[in-house]
Amino acid sequence: MSSALLIEQALNGLQFGVMLFLMAAGLTLIFGVMGVINLAHGSLYMVGAFACAAVAAYTGSFWLGLVASLIAAAAAGAIVEITVIRRLYNRDHLDQVLATFALILIFSEGTRWVFGSFPLYLDIPKVLQGAISLPGGGQYQLYRLAIIGAGLIVAIGLYLLIAKTRLGMRIRAGESDREMIGALGVDIASLNTIVFALGAALAGLAGALVGALQSVQVGMGEPVLILAFVVIVIGGIGSIKGALAGAILVGVVDTMGRFLLPQLFALFMQPSQAATAGAAIASMLIYIVMAFILAVRPKGLFAVNA
Amino acid sequence: MADRERLVNIALALIVPACALAAYGMGEPFYVTLATRIAILALAAVGLNLALGLGGLVSFGHAAFFGIGGYAAGIFATHAFNQTPLLASPVVIMATSQMPVIWLVSAVVAGLAALLIGLISLRTSGVYFIMITLAFAQMIYYFAISWPAYGGEDGLSITMRNSFPGVNTLNPLSFFLIAYGLLLLALFAFSRLRDSRFGAALQATRQNEVRVASIGIRPLRIRLVAFIISGMITAVAGALFADLNRFAGPSMLSWSMSGELIVLIILGGTGRLFGPVAGAILFVLFEFALGGLTEHWQLFLGLILLAVVLFGRGGLIGLLAGKVRHG
Repeated sequence: MSSALLIEQALNGLQFGVMLFLMAAGLTLIFGVMGVINLAHGSLYMVGAFACAAVAAYTGSFWLGLVASLIAAAAAGAIVEITVIRRLYNRDHLDQVLATFALILIFSEGTRWVFGSFPLYLDIPKVLQGAISLPGGGQYQLYRLAIIGAGLIVAIGLYLLIAKTRLGMRIRAGESDREMIGALGVDIASLNTIVFALGAALAGLAGALVGALQSVQVGMGEPVLILAFVVIVIGGIGSIKGALAGAILVGVVDTMGRFLLPQLFALFMQPSQAATAGAAIASMLIYIVMAFILAVRPKGLFAVNA
Repeated sequence: MADRERLVNIALALIVPACALAAYGMGEPFYVTLATRIAILALAAVGLNLALGLGGLVSFGHAAFFGIGGYAAGIFATHAFNQTPLLASPVVIMATSQMPVIWLVSAVVAGLAALLIGLISLRTSGVYFIMITLAFAQMIYYFAISWPAYGGEDGLSITMRNSFPGVNTLNPLSFFLIAYGLLLLALFAFSRLRDSRFGAALQATRQNEVRVASIGIRPLRIRLVAFIISGMITAVAGALFADLNRFAGPSMLSWSMSGELIVLIILGGTGRLFGPVAGAILFVLFEFALGGLTEHWQLFLGLILLAVVLFGRGGLIGLLAGKVRHG
């Protein structure tokens, strides 16, 4: 096992983590401000990926596609908030789960109706094609590095937005007391729509960025959604900082587990057995980590109002 | 109100076997299979209804138990068919194709899984509980996919449906009667449990946890027992489901299966004795009727579901028999 390979895997883990952060940040914001659990967040991720792939295929420009993904996901998010989510604020979590589960069915089948069952493909933009060399002699895909960079920029931007702007102040106030800021004259309804659209745009961005690495297809959002749940459960629901820490942790643990566990098992097992056992345990690893963290801190690492 | 619910229940209890018998009499085995599907999904949902309806535990991971039952049936059937031992060392255990044994194994394994999942997830509540149960089910799903010995992503085909002493399970009506018998048994157990001291305590933990704790009942223990029993019932349904389709695969463990089980309960009526039965009838009929009209039937299912959640609370039983006396 060379150090170059190890660095490459670590970067892959980081890239995966950053992408999970984009999903988890939106989920955790929406939960923090509105108290709604949004299963349809994975659908918004899918909407972003499809919008990017369709526009990029039509115009030939990945960047226009990226803009389209943000607009499409934010618009879908705003529409969903106004038509459905708004009615769920005072309902129990069961109703929220069901309504957003219904939204998944609608989004998935609707997308399949429009685009068909075959996956779309999205090319990496010309500027970001190619690889750069790593210390230790390896090569690393430039595009993946760009995703890491984009994710970190979004994380910083989100921090600035929430800590330094008037909108951020309202979001924080909304997290601590919804009724009170309503009484103080803040228009909660439009604040909710803005937060929901913002979260949706982040999910759409994640979908578009990942769409160039994988195929764009119906159902691509739900596995990521469930991982994002694991992230915010680990990080503490409602905490952006927790979402970042949890996302990096989950991304790195998952990637490194898949890489290292089979090799670790090979030390005391036969190679073929080690490969299957390693892969099986690696696929469960983040859930085991989650269980451990919950056993110690049931409200997550960075619990809000614990 | 209560009398009207009883009438609705009796009607629901009679309508499923009546349809199955009529279909069998007319030589339409497909509709018997449809009725069997209703009975099995209802059985799975009765299990979930115990946790969700009575205990207020919104488990989004019951597919785990459903799938465990399914895989138990699949693994036993495969070993029994190939005449290979279930376990070679340290002691040789041979598999059997007898359904009662498989049901027992399913229930025990799912009960243990529910114990472990419950011990961790029941420490939390609300949204955390929903997400954690979902995550654990997903963990078992990925394990099933990445473990190649029992089919991996392809799942396990059951060449010969497992057998039941004295009954030819290949006959669709006999298999329906087995599934339906188990459903009635589970409904009976559910009603007895609901009216027992345990059931009262469970419903009280849903309504006010602090009060329950203050009179000396441990909410965690009550919930854990409910969660375990709930998982065991759902697992037996999973074993039957695998035998019905002659296939056990990762789809039985998937998150959408968990979602569908919740949907069944909501369509029927949460916490109502026959809610799962009404929900399963509606769901299978939707699937069949809409599926015949358009391949995009799930879109319409989603719209209907959305309408039920937003505007029509109480489900079918609520519509037919009125609201529950106390909430």
